[in-house]
Amino acid sequence: MNDVIQIWQFAIPIALAAVGEVISQRSGVLNIGLEGTMLGGAFVAAYVGLTTGQPWLGLAAGIGVGIITSLLQAWFVLVRSADQVVVGTAINLLALGVTGTLFRRAFGESGQLLSVPTIPKFDGLDAVMLATPIIAVLAAASLRQTGWGLLTRASGEYPTAVEAEGFSVRRLRLGAMTLGGALAGAAGAYLSVGIVGSFAENMTQGRGFVAIALVTFGRWHPIAAVGAGFLMGGLEWLQFKLQAQGSGLIPFQLLLALPYLAALAVLVVGAKGTRGPAALGQPLRRDA
Amino acid sequence: MRSLATVVALGLALVLTLLMFGLPVADSLRLLGEGAFGDKFGISRTLAKATPLLLTGLGMVIAWRAGMYNIGGEGQLIVGAVGGAAVAAALMGKVVGPVLNPLILAAAMAAGALWSGFAGWLQVARGVPAVISTILLNFVAIQLLAWSVQGPLRRSEGGLPQTAPLPADTMLLKFDRQLDLHFGIVIAVIAVLLVTAFLYGTRSGFRLRLVGASSTAARANRIPSERVAIGSMMLSGALCGLAGGVEYTGITGMLGTGFPQGWGFLAIPVALLGGLHPLGVLLSGLYFGALFAGSENLARFSTGGTTLIYVIQAAAVLAVVALAPRAKPAKVKEAAA
Repeated sequence: MNDVIQIWQFAIPIALAAVGEVISQRSGVLNIGLEGTMLGGAFVAAYVGLTTGQPWLGLAAGIGVGIITSLLQAWFVLVRSADQVVVGTAINLLALGVTGTLFRRAFGESGQLLSVPTIPKFDGLDAVMLATPIIAVLAAASLRQTGWGLLTRASGEYPTAVEAEGFSVRRLRLGAMTLGGALAGAAGAYLSVGIVGSFAENMTQGRGFVAIALVTFGRWHPIAAVGAGFLMGGLEWLQFKLQAQGSGLIPFQLLLALPYLAALAVLVVGAKGTRGPAALGQPLRRDA
Repeated sequence: MRSLATVVALGLALVLTLLMFGLPVADSLRLLGEGAFGDKFGISRTLAKATPLLLTGLGMVIAWRAGMYNIGGEGQLIVGAVGGAAVAAALMGKVVGPVLNPLILAAAMAAGALWSGFAGWLQVARGVPAVISTILLNFVAIQLLAWSVQGPLRRSEGGLPQTAPLPADTMLLKFDRQLDLHFGIVIAVIAVLLVTAFLYGTRSGFRLRLVGASSTAARANRIPSERVAIGSMMLSGALCGLAGGVEYTGITGMLGTGFPQGWGFLAIPVALLGGLHPLGVLLSGLYFGALFAGSENLARFSTGGTTLIYVIQAAAVLAVVALAPRAKPAKVKEAAA
């Protein structure tokens, strides 16, 4: 039972981020900056959690940072019609640099571990763990069955038609990006104030990129993405188990590479023949 | 106009970053300048830091120009260095240094090319977007390095997890024993010229640019865009691998887990700020090399360390995007579909 809870917990950051990325991609925006958004959320959550002693405030601050980051990205991507990969890559670098510099400045060059109070748990369970599957179901239901969901999906498939109907693709994508940013911020925050109780430089360790891979593997479906997130949680758990046992059979580095290899493997198996949103990654051009 | 915007953006990004972290602007700029150009040590440091940025930046230009989002420069650089170190371990003592060095560099290029070529093949044959696979392969490469320096390439059982240091005659030529500067900068400048000649002077280079600019036009002209895509990735990875080999045989002389310095990640902003043109990369690579050299000097007097470079680079990219005329439509669609 304990193991299941642990896997569940490890799954949360990747699963939450993946749901956000699904919403964003469904609207037509490929957010490569997911990793950086998570990292920003993790840092600010740890900082606020430490200074106020309130992990929930930390989580809220992490969500706030995620929203601010996505608004910044939205300005470039939606208003300036900039290349989404370029902007996302810049966001990742920015987050790495800003969190690294602020962390070193605030907590010394040594990069000492901080002890941040974590979100209260009952029998190992906490509210975020319970909320994540609900969020996925809500996201799936609203994408599928509400007017907002239909329009958001249409922005990702055939934006000119949405515009012709008199709706603003820009506004719809802004909404999707904001939701995605909030979830990414929460995902990063949960890593620092939910699981670890500290912050370390570049602590997201590529989880955001793994989440992007899971979106394709989960065929742009929120529930499938969360399911795949649990798969990754299981791998992370396995890592710890095998590491603790110290079995010499499998090189330790192979274990550490496992999540990335698994993400790659699921893409190799699952990507062929899938079709993402038709307008994914394309800026809207009214003049075209 | 475009280049003016870039210069303005770079200056803006630098000053804004300093202000953001509450560093005194004038003093910081002076420290940066002294560290980068103050004396022969500064200039040597600038050129030595620019070398891997130039090579990896060129690699990014080739892939991105072909419409392939290669984000895996770091992994390709690491794998290149590991490939070079494997050859070094196998042939050390059997082959004289001046012969071994080019063999190491060739192995580095081959290893980098295979690593990125795999990502290119995955996109073409299996529909796995390179933008995702190259990132994931970075993390795999980091662990591959850790495994090889603790396992097969380790100098001695029980010692530090490092490869055996290369003998001096296997290292790249140094111009002055006191300085970091090594022959790698010459290799990098030659690479700039070769890539320029390739992209703008050969039929393959033209095809590559055409595939990147318009896949429909390329198809209409019966250009095998899939082969171009994989080829561009391999060439890109070869340059990043070479950067790893040059760093290994020019600066470190051995590999440990601390070998990667993020050059491969920084290559993307270097290429973007260079306007995805090899000659532009020459300028932006030198600029960021200087910034690196300068920031080490800055770090000695204030808390602003080398992580500042990430911020400055990111801010510069965003500033260029903000100042530039509307960007061309992206090509992610095909990559992601």
